Amino acid sequence: MPTDESITTTPESVADTAAAAAVAPVTTHHQQVLAKLATVDHVPGAAKPDAIITADHVTRRFGGMTAVDVDHLEVQEGAITALIGPNGAGKTTFFNLLTGFDRPNQGSWTFQGRSLSGKSAAAVAKIGVVRTFQLTKALSRLTVLQNMLLASTHNPGENLWLSWLPFTWQKHEKAATEKAMEILARFKLDTKASDFAGSLSGGQRKLLEMARALMTDPTVIMLDEPMAGVNPALVQSLLGHIQALRDEGMTVLFVEHDMHAVRHISDWVVVMAEGRIVAEGPPASVMRDQAVVDAYLGAHHDTDLGDDSLLDPKILARLEAEEEKR
Amino acid sequence: MDEFNRILEQTLAEFIAPTTAAYAMAAIGLNLHFGYTGLLNMGQAGFMLLGAYGFGIATMAGLPFPVAILVALAAGTVFALILGMPTLQLRGDYLAIVTISAAEIIRWIGRSTWLQEWTGGASGLQGRDYKDSFHATSPLGDGRMALGPLEYINTGSDSWWTRIFAWGLVALVLLFVWLITRSPWGRVLKGIREDEDAVRALGKNVYAYKMQALVLGGAIGALGGVLYALPLAIAPDAMSRTMTFFVWTVMLLGGAATVFGPVLGSMVFFAAYMLMRTGMRAVADNTGIGDVITTSNVEQIGGMLVGVTLMLLVIFRPQGILGNKRELAFNAH
Ligand SMILES: Nc1ncnc2c1ncn2[C@@H]1O[C@H](COP(=O)(O)OP(=O)(O)O)[C@@H](O)[C@H]1O
Ligand SMILES: [Mg+2]
Repeated sequence: MPTDESITTTPESVADTAAAAAVAPVTTHHQQVLAKLATVDHVPGAAKPDAIITADHVTRRFGGMTAVDVDHLEVQEGAITALIGPNGAGKTTFFNLLTGFDRPNQGSWTFQGRSLSGKSAAAVAKIGVVRTFQLTKALSRLTVLQNMLLASTHNPGENLWLSWLPFTWQKHEKAATEKAMEILARFKLDTKASDFAGSLSGGQRKLLEMARALMTDPTVIMLDEPMAGVNPALVQSLLGHIQALRDEGMTVLFVEHDMHAVRHISDWVVVMAEGRIVAEGPPASVMRDQAVVDAYLGAHHDTDLGDDSLLDPKILARLEAEEEKR
Repeated sequence: MDEFNRILEQTLAEFIAPTTAAYAMAAIGLNLHFGYTGLLNMGQAGFMLLGAYGFGIATMAGLPFPVAILVALAAGTVFALILGMPTLQLRGDYLAIVTISAAEIIRWIGRSTWLQEWTGGASGLQGRDYKDSFHATSPLGDGRMALGPLEYINTGSDSWWTRIFAWGLVALVLLFVWLITRSPWGRVLKGIREDEDAVRALGKNVYAYKMQALVLGGAIGALGGVLYALPLAIAPDAMSRTMTFFVWTVMLLGGAATVFGPVLGSMVFFAAYMLMRTGMRAVADNTGIGDVITTSNVEQIGGMLVGVTLMLLVIFRPQGILGNKRELAFNAH
């Protein structure tokens, strides 16, 4: 949770936020996050009041092609940050680098001030940065419940020396099962608990992967295209879940192509193109940024993406005012 | 009719033969590797040979029987560590290549002249050199015993005691493997088999789990080698690629990732193998087919048919006898 003393807002913006809070149905935590982000410049690599993840000079080349070339990025703690950009922009590769699934040619990054570069994927997850994959990795020949239980942390039964003595781990297993069923219920997968994960639909697998990541109680959850392939009827509730995670204090970083989803739930948007970060800002202003329209939306840009109805007009007005001040 | 009974008796005898137990044991180890963890160990015979050497040489050096067994386990453990350390961080195929060549290296070293003093070179170790301490553990004493059509001496190489000991050890190891594979530890192994990156993303040290599975399965393979040596001799050329290939067939026949698969697979495999060879011999001896299939060809044809069986199995019933068909539906992803 961010602390109050770290807020470096001007008196005006505090008043703005208070005014926005009076009408907007947002939680206190969300208000605080928005207030902090309101002070952030809308430029690539902008400093954040409470950066939980900071990356510097991260480069990854495949042969002659530079897939990722991120000069500086800070991710605000407790916020939902969307990472968008055209196909091949390097979003997944950047995720892989941050989570230890790939090694950069150069660069460093930190989590809560501690260096994460060079750490193994397992170590990164253990520290509390847990990711999902664009191409889902449901463990097909395990049941849905087993998928969930596998994610439970500090399970004494996962130690070979204790594994053959069930009394040493049955208590943990029982508690983990209860927790797993609770999370599964949230994702409407509880009725599938004893089905093999391989029998789920593509969208259900995405949900399972996210539910499984939540079993680890992450501090930061990184979702690579969580909505892709998910039944439209479920997307709305999935967005609600992601917001709820933020409201519980979790930091969410997600890659998504669905602009409605991005506009609807993200507090901050980072735009990547050709490996670089080309723009940053709140969703409404970023999507109006000409550089973004050019780099990302290109010919497919339609007016629908400018639809503001999902955002509170007052917050929007404030963001616009700030945009003009720059 | 006499001939028919003899064939049936020989087939029946295979169900409880010490060699059947030895292969069941080796397949239990391979099942931990492949069935549960997805590790491609193509050199289980190397683990078995090393276990047999470890046991035989330790006994010849004067160590007591239980200590010689521990030496065999240690040999399998060290071999697994050496093979696993460089390969388990790489893609699965590397382990397959390394295990297949390492098993061959063990055999070539065994049959070379440098260590002849210990390994007996190409002719190997004679049973009488290392079996006394095992026979001394027998509570059955001398004499013979018949159980139905099966009759063996109480104590000795091809004895009841060898059978009881071998199957007792298989039962013990099976119980242990059943306990560990149904635990959260076993669940991590299965997760690794399905997709090791997904397991990494959940904060598990995949390398450590793969190493534990490789060591455990390798040590069990070494124990299989001891069981194989108890009724026979230790001959490096008898414990080579064909043996690995039979262990794979046994494991897949019974059903990978099932608890009793390796045991059932071994019993069915050796009974069928015996029935096929004795049957073919009888047919070759007594009918005109003998002109085509001569008695001396039976072994070769038998081996060939095992290969065909393995292929048919993998194509038409990859889940084996005990495997779950529902589970298999997601095999291909
Ligand atoms: N393992 C790899 N080997 C070679 N090129 C790769 C590899 N992974 C990604 N790339 C390339 O890097 C670029 C960025 O890919 P990616 O990170 O998947 O983009 P995004 O997720 O933004 O769509 C693409 O041009 C892709 O072809
Ligand atoms: Mg991608």
